[in-house]
Amino acid sequence: MEHLSQEDQERLAQTGLEVGMQNRCGSFFQIDQDVVQTTCGAEGIEMLPIKIALEKYDWMRDYYWNAVPADADKYTKYVAKQETPQGLVVIAHPGVKVAMPLQACLFLREEAVQHVHNIFIAREDSEIHIISGCASSWQKERGAHIGVTEIYVGKGARVTSTMIHNWGEGISVFPRSATIVEEEGTFLSNYVCMQPVNRVVMYPTARLVGKNAVARFSSIVVATPGSFLDLGSRTILAAEQTSTELISRAITTGGTVISRGHILGEKENTRGHIECKGLILKDGTIHAIPEIEGTLTGTELSHEAAVGKIARHEIEYLMARGLSEDEATATIIRGFLDVKISGLPEVLQRQIDDAIDKAESGF
Amino acid sequence: MLDISDLHVSVDGTEVLHDINLHIGQGETHVLMGPNGSGKSTLLKAIMGFGSYTITSGSIIFKGEDITHMPIHERAHLGMGMMFQHPPAISGLKLGKLLTATSHMDEGVIEALAQSVNMEQFLARDINVGFSGGEMKRSEVLQLKVQQPDYLMLDEPESGVDLENMNLMGKEIAALLEKDIHIINRRRSGLIITHTGYILDYLEADQGHVMISGRIRCHGNAREILRVVKEKGYGECLRCKPR
Ligand SMILES: Nc1ncnc2c1ncn2[C@@H]1O[C@H](COP(=O)(O)OP(=O)(O)OP(=O)(O)O)[C@@H](O)[C@H]1O
Ligand SMILES: [Mg+2]
Repeated sequence: MEHLSQEDQERLAQTGLEVGMQNRCGSFFQIDQDVVQTTCGAEGIEMLPIKIALEKYDWMRDYYWNAVPADADKYTKYVAKQETPQGLVVIAHPGVKVAMPLQACLFLREEAVQHVHNIFIAREDSEIHIISGCASSWQKERGAHIGVTEIYVGKGARVTSTMIHNWGEGISVFPRSATIVEEEGTFLSNYVCMQPVNRVVMYPTARLVGKNAVARFSSIVVATPGSFLDLGSRTILAAEQTSTELISRAITTGGTVISRGHILGEKENTRGHIECKGLILKDGTIHAIPEIEGTLTGTELSHEAAVGKIARHEIEYLMARGLSEDEATATIIRGFLDVKISGLPEVLQRQIDDAIDKAESGF
Repeated sequence: MLDISDLHVSVDGTEVLHDINLHIGQGETHVLMGPNGSGKSTLLKAIMGFGSYTITSGSIIFKGEDITHMPIHERAHLGMGMMFQHPPAISGLKLGKLLTATSHMDEGVIEALAQSVNMEQFLARDINVGFSGGEMKRSEVLQLKVQQPDYLMLDEPESGVDLENMNLMGKEIAALLEKDIHIINRRRSGLIITHTGYILDYLEADQGHVMISGRIRCHGNAREILRVVKEKGYGECLRCKPR
């Protein structure tokens, strides 16, 4: 990592990567197609490059292209046809709980396309927090990143996956991810993208297949001029008493955000809510498409969506307390983005807050 | 402290306030009464400088400075403060955060101030989101305690406040207006909108005014005006000559 230029190290730091590994229990680092680091200090947690994991454990095949079908679309097909799969496998053994996050860092430096296939497996009653930082070199003008992530949350297990993007204006990104959550399992997914990017298209899905499973997706994004973000999240309530929440905050300063959400309630005593708020600071597009779909009487689904500018009387209220117009606007935006994610370790919340703070100066 | 001359104010192209003249001296507290929709809140917001209240003619002089067209926050910096009748709810913005942002005070100091108005539990809540009527008023008083303005405008401080909290609010407002200091030495002034006059149980007003249909009709002793309005209604004030 020390081989990277100062600029690139800083770009990575903005995605939450801790070069010095403070507050991290493990680290995986892939530059283009090369895995340059895999270390893990936590007992009961394995971090392996996917190639090695597939050789080491026969049963890995059960998890490989299971949550995400290999033929889902042209991007998954592209990843599936690679001779040597690259990416990270994390296995949390039963009952192992690690509060300290482990980091996966994906860095696009020279190659045109980076492809990654990650598999996170949390066995019964385990708990892991994964922070994925994705960035491209400051010199990199064009490129694409295709990342498949399959997450398996076992019985009573808890997985937090936090992804912070810091790509460049010419980079297109196609994450393909899906999660299967078993009985009493909890899956929290957080996505933050505050920096310019050409295109991000993703629609991660969580399938809650066991009783009392919970999934919560939160995303906080800013579309700068030229950025096109087509983001969604989907939960399938496929077992009784499962519940989900999809929360998004989108700001445009000239770019486009399509904010999708879909909850399918197909079992008794299931609940789901979509909350989608958009703020148009400068002319741009925010298109909220929340979908709720229930197939029986025992499911309760709702959504609220709002898109608009900051209300003038809110700015003036703060000005009456002595803030200038710009200060008042920034204060309201900061509040708008301040989604406190319950159950998130403080280190991760701070990371998210930092990413927001850094971008805030641009408003 | 405040000198308003021949002020005309329009909202959305319709004139709401006509030819307002008002003088509030240093250390004085004035009370403004008048029927619903007569323009009282409009006057306060025009003095504070809100954008939708267009001053078509006349002037506002504050502390000797012409502030007729000054931005809101500069008026606040000059020492003007206001308690809103309907403060906006701003989701995501914590009351505590706002107080830190506006005052640069220590968290400890802010907590102590919050405690004094039973608001410590609200510092971590989104401002005015789901606040009850009385809680909103206490939050407004807390913000003013942090701001410490020299000239205070209060828009119906009693409305929605229970008896016990009224006692607290009344005392806090009296303190904000330096009612414990003799008028000769008192620096702070106030303009209070009230329908009930309950606030007068906690502080003396030096003058009262009645606004009817966008004009200030009567001036005089606040209690006297309150008594007449209670007995005969606002109709009596129509017989006053605007000055
Ligand atoms: N933003 C606005 N747009 C349209 N009309 C307005 C606006 N603000 C005030 N008005 C109108 O101006 C008039 C005066 O309103 P204002 O709020 O000043 O009354 P008020 O005396 O404070 O009444 P209340 O005692 O009910 O609080 C009302 O008829 C009101 O509808
Ligand atoms: Mg009013």
